[in-house]
Amino acid sequence: MTPSICPTNLGDLEDSSKYGGALEVGDTPRAWLKDALYRMVLIRVAEEKIADMVTAGQIVCPAHLAIGQEACAVGVARFLRGTDRAFGTHRSHSHYLAVGGSVDELFGEVLGKVTGCSRGMGGSMHLAAKSLGFAGSVPIVGATISMAVGAALAAKLDGGKNGKDFDVGVAFFGDGATEEGTFHESMNYAANFRLPMLFVCENNLFSSHLHIRLRQPASCIARYAVSHCVAHEIVDGNDVVAVANAMGRLATRARSGEGPGFLEAVTYRWRGHVGPREDIDVGVDRKKGDLELWKRRDPIRRLREALVAGSDITDADFDREHARIRALVDDSARRAEAAPYPEASALMDLVYPNGGKPKAVRKS
Amino acid sequence: MSQTLAYGSALREGFHHLLSKHPEVFVVGQGLWSPWYVGNSMTNLDKEFGLERVIDTPVSEDACTGLAIGAALYGYKPIVIHPRVDFMILATNQIVNQAAKWGHMLGGREYPAVTIRGIVNRGGQQGAQHSQSLHSWFAHVPGLKVVMPATALDARDLLIASALYEGPVVFFDDRWLYEDAEPYAPVRHLDLAAEGPKAIREGKDLTLVGAGWSTQQCMIAAKELETSGISAEVIDIRVLGPSDFSAVVASVRKTRRLLVVDAAWETCGLGGEIIANAVESLDLGTFLAKPKRLSIQAAPAPTSAPLETTYYSTVKAPNIVKTARDMLAKAK
Repeated sequence: MTPSICPTNLGDLEDSSKYGGALEVGDTPRAWLKDALYRMVLIRVAEEKIADMVTAGQIVCPAHLAIGQEACAVGVARFLRGTDRAFGTHRSHSHYLAVGGSVDELFGEVLGKVTGCSRGMGGSMHLAAKSLGFAGSVPIVGATISMAVGAALAAKLDGGKNGKDFDVGVAFFGDGATEEGTFHESMNYAANFRLPMLFVCENNLFSSHLHIRLRQPASCIARYAVSHCVAHEIVDGNDVVAVANAMGRLATRARSGEGPGFLEAVTYRWRGHVGPREDIDVGVDRKKGDLELWKRRDPIRRLREALVAGSDITDADFDREHARIRALVDDSARRAEAAPYPEASALMDLVYPNGGKPKAVRKS
Repeated sequence: MSQTLAYGSALREGFHHLLSKHPEVFVVGQGLWSPWYVGNSMTNLDKEFGLERVIDTPVSEDACTGLAIGAALYGYKPIVIHPRVDFMILATNQIVNQAAKWGHMLGGREYPAVTIRGIVNRGGQQGAQHSQSLHSWFAHVPGLKVVMPATALDARDLLIASALYEGPVVFFDDRWLYEDAEPYAPVRHLDLAAEGPKAIREGKDLTLVGAGWSTQQCMIAAKELETSGISAEVIDIRVLGPSDFSAVVASVRKTRRLLVVDAAWETCGLGGEIIANAVESLDLGTFLAKPKRLSIQAAPAPTSAPLETTYYSTVKAPNIVKTARDMLAKAK
C-alpha cells in the first residue's frame, strides 16, 4: 500500500508570477459575467473611497480592506440566495456588497451614522444585510464559523420543507482563522451531522503581518477539509469564474443534503491588514515586489480583458460604467456624511431586547 | 401528580414543557444521551423528543455554543448545556463576545434568543476544575441575563422563561440543590424581563441575601436563627442583568442589617456588588451593623477532604447563623 498524500502546498496558486492572463470564462452566462465584473468594481471603488476617507481622517473606525480579493466574495455570492445565511469577518465590506448590500448603508455604518446597516452601532466590522443572506460580521477571528454552522443546523431542522432544497450556512474566514480551535470544532460538527454548510476560506497568505509559512507547516488550508471528511475545492481566488463554479458544485451538494463543503480561494490583499496603506505590513515576509506581481493577478482586469476579447464589452463601456459607479459611491459617501448619528439613548436602549423592559406575560 | 417537586425533576419538567409546547426549542450539549452527565435533570428526553432536538455533541464547547447562537438568529430557541461551569469557560468568547453583544453592535435589529445553561457541580473532592460558580463573571457583561434559581419551582419556571426570552441568558443551576423539594404547583408563565430579586421569607431583624444554592443556606440559617428569637428576611437574587437590587434595599430599609452570602469568591463578586448598592441607596444611619458578606476563600477548590470541608464552611448555614448573631450582638 502506498500512503495516500493529502494536499499540503498550493504550488502555482501561491506563486505571484502565475495566473496573470485573461480569464477562461467558458460558457458562463455573459450577463452574469458583466454583473460580476461591475460588482467587483463596486467593491473596489467603495473600498478605495473608504481608504481615502481614512487617510483624510473622515473615517476613524478600523477599516480592513479586501481590495484585490473581490473575486472571492462575488464568486461565492453567485450561488447564494436571500434565505441563505452567510457570516463574515473584520474584512467583510466585499461580502456585504457582493450579496447586494446597500452602498448608502455601508458608508453610513463606517461613519457611525444612524443610516448604517447596523444603525451606526457597529462600524466597518459589524455589517449585516440579513434579508439578502448576509447575517452579520464580527472581528473576533473564527468566531462566526460556528454561528454559521448553527444557521446551517437551523436550515436542516427546517427540513428542506416541501421538497425544496436546504438553505445553506456560509462562513467566510481567512487563513488565520484556521489556526483557531473553533474552526476545527465547527468543521467536525458540520461534517458529523451532515449539515448544509459551506466553509469559504479566503487564503490571502497573511494573518495581519505574518505569512502563512511562518504560521503553518503547509500553505494549503484544504488539507483540514480532508482531515474532517469535508468535500473541498481549491481555486485561484482571483478568478471569479473558478470561484463561482467551485462554489456552485459545493452548494449543490450541500443543498441536497450531502453534507458540508470547503472552498479554498487563494488570493492576496493589496492593502495592509488594516487601513489604507499598501506598505503597512511589509517587513516580516511581505515584500513590495510580491505586491506588484500580485497586482498582475488583478481579478477585475482579468475578467475585463476576457469580456473585451470576447466582444462582450468594450473598453469604453467599462470606463463609462466605472465612472458611473464612482459617482454613485461618492454620492453615498456624501449622503452618509450628512446623515445624523444615533440618538444618545441607543447606547443603553439596545443592550437588551425591548430596552430591557418587560412585555406582557406570555401564554403557552 | 406528586405532591412535591424536587429541583432536579423540576428542571426536567421545564425541559419537557418547552420541548412539548415550543417546536422552536432544542437542546444541545455534551452528555445529553447519557444517564448520568446532567443528574436527573434531562433523563430520557432524547427518547421522547428525538435525537434531532436533544443533541449530544462532540467535545466542542465553543462551537456548540456558537452554533446555538447561530440557530437562534434563524428562528430557533436553543438551550446549550454545559454539564460543568468549568468547561463552559471554553465557550466564553461565544457567550461574552457574540451572544451578549450581537444585538447592540448590529443596531438592535435582532437578539439571539439562546439560553446557555451551566451546571454548578462541586464537592465530592472533585477539585479545582470541577467546582466553580462563575455567575459574577457573566453578570459583569452588559447584554447577558444571568439566572440562578434557588428553588424547584423557580428552576422549572425560570428555565422556561429563559428559553422563551428574546435575548441571551446564562442559566446556572446547582447539583447541590437537585434533591431539594417544595410543594408542587403548576407552571407559572414568567416574563424574564420582569423577574429579579425577591423576598422569599419575611423577617424584621436582619436581611440575608443569597443566590442559587447559597439562598437555601440562608433559608436553613433563618430557621435556626428563629429558634433564638432572631427574625431574618431572605432575599433570593434569582435574576441578574440588568441588575435591580431594589428588593434588597427595601428589605434593608426595614431590617437595618445586611448579610450577603455568595458561594463564590469575594473579589469583584456579587456580594460586594449588593452591599455597594445598598450602601449607595440608603442613609448610612440606616445600618445598625456594618454590612457583611460571606464568600468562599479565594483559592481554587481543594480535593483533600478536610480542606474541602473548610473551603465550603464559610458559606454554609452554621457560619451564616454565627455571623448573623455577631451582627445582632454588636448592634447599636
